Amino acid sequence: MNTVKEQWFGNIRGDILSGIVVALALIPEAIAFSIIAGVDPMVGLYASFLIPVVIAFVGGRPGMISAATGAMALLMIDLVARHGLEYLLAATILTGVLQILVGLFKLARYMKFIPRSVMVGFVNALAILIFEAQIPHLFGQGWLVLALAAATLAIIYLFPYITTIIPSTLIAIVALTAYTMFSGTSVFTVGDMGTLTQTLPVFLLPQVPIAYETLAIIFPYAISLTIVGILESLLTATIVDDMTDTDSNKNRESSGQGVANIVAGCFGGMAGCAMIGQSVINVKSGGRGRLSTLVAGIVLILLIMVLGNIVVQIPMAALAGVMTMVSISTFDWNSLRTLFIVPATDSIVMVVTVATVVITHDLSKGVFAGILLSAIFFVSKISKVTIESKLDDRKKKRTYFITGQLFFASVTEPIAEFDFKEDLDEVVLDFTHAHIWDDSAVAAMEKIITKFEENGTGVDVTGLNEASTLLVNKLRHKLSSH
Amino acid sequence: MFKKILLASDGSEYAVRATEKAIEVAKCNPETTIHVVYVAGDSKGDVLQNWNTLGAQEKRKEKISPSVEKIEAANVKYEVKYLHGEPGPAIVKHANDNDFDLVVVGSRGRNRLQELVLGSVSHKVAKRACCAVMIIK
Repeated sequence: MNTVKEQWFGNIRGDILSGIVVALALIPEAIAFSIIAGVDPMVGLYASFLIPVVIAFVGGRPGMISAATGAMALLMIDLVARHGLEYLLAATILTGVLQILVGLFKLARYMKFIPRSVMVGFVNALAILIFEAQIPHLFGQGWLVLALAAATLAIIYLFPYITTIIPSTLIAIVALTAYTMFSGTSVFTVGDMGTLTQTLPVFLLPQVPIAYETLAIIFPYAISLTIVGILESLLTATIVDDMTDTDSNKNRESSGQGVANIVAGCFGGMAGCAMIGQSVINVKSGGRGRLSTLVAGIVLILLIMVLGNIVVQIPMAALAGVMTMVSISTFDWNSLRTLFIVPATDSIVMVVTVATVVITHDLSKGVFAGILLSAIFFVSKISKVTIESKLDDRKKKRTYFITGQLFFASVTEPIAEFDFKEDLDEVVLDFTHAHIWDDSAVAAMEKIITKFEENGTGVDVTGLNEASTLLVNKLRHKLSSH
Repeated sequence: MFKKILLASDGSEYAVRATEKAIEVAKCNPETTIHVVYVAGDSKGDVLQNWNTLGAQEKRKEKISPSVEKIEAANVKYEVKYLHGEPGPAIVKHANDNDFDLVVVGSRGRNRLQELVLGSVSHKVAKRACCAVMIIK
């Protein structure tokens, strides 16, 4: 999959078939995510048409599917409720600009600073939020709605035993829609949630005042959208890399997501990112190249234009059932099994990430809390410095063996271990098994040396490694003014 | 007789026993190569647990290491191949596409629950592979 031609036409038949399958699987989710965000179904559908079509050309991971997603929709709820759709579109464009910058400055490599437990917490929190958003559509509307949702889930999980050629979510949606249409039962449908226009999107910049106030409103949301969008896209890209045994360009993917979001925002679509579930469906259905992503977007909009008046009849209970499935498959159940096996600090980080997201309803805040906590745990783990000492035979010379990483967090406790008052001619500080990392460590070292010298004890420093020596020479005597 | 043997391994005790039998067969002919195949079913889980494809690959290497060590000790030629997807169909497809002479699988694998729901991998392989299949109890 190296040349452009191969990326596009290396797998035509597989790509077209899988693209159609993905389009069918995208429709229910695009509608459901629009409803989560609080906008018309069309906003999500346009996004799920525009984003894959654009990313097929500019993305860095052929065969990956990007569209309107739950993670992004969850971040928009507040913005839409307070300021309306136009501000969402403006935020979507700004998100695109920020994501292009992420790609240009090659920030993708800093993803490695996000620990595994934070990533697991991220997907688990996402799953919980998606399910939480379904609760009003599931409960408190009588048993019929619950029964419809249960029937949806039953079809989704059981139909694959008959055939996996057609996505079972689509079968469930079609069956439930047909049932409610022909039995004449009155339940909430997609049509009750907003209007569906059977037209192609048109170019229209968001109707917001070009002013500082607008930027102040949308910027915090755009930051969250940028981070979550990049995070989920690169995670998905890695999963597709793994499934297909190929590599992908993560920086190009970041910029590509940006371009796709700018286009979506300019044509009335909401911000989106890569989707783990749909990308897995695409690869499993035989999709490998850019063509599959393009086909998915085009088939989706064609279906909506042709079948729009049936789509509005889809009962909300069926969509809620589909979203329940999305939530179940998003959750990393493995993490529950290993909760008490992995180091306690990892489990705490995971749980804190989930809890932060569930409370704040903001995935990016959860990621920040998780990273911060992991960093603190790491620092406290690595800041264990041990000091052993040995007195020579004449009892006039003591050698201190210092072992560990010396930096701002680890230097205060060890000082107490030195006995400055001891009657000695000389002390030796052996740093063979230590590393001096920062100015705090150098300052602490100086303090120790000065204290010994004040008591008339000579100090000899040995075993400093090259990097530490360099740092000490650079900083020593320049910090004495402290 | 059997020059190209596919050994399906998931690191379970059954897979280790299957490895021993595969080695016995391979020793009959010095030209025989054993292709150790591991099927990674859950890319999402593996990537999440390890963050990147490198870490995920490392985990898989560990899974087949009991088989590989045994084959190395027996001085038999071998190759390692990682497949993706559902174990049964993935093994069948690989066996049929690459003209293997023999497929060796353990009668059971690691996951009993999956076996109950989806049927056993060895059964699927025996039914659908076009070559000889040896199921080790």
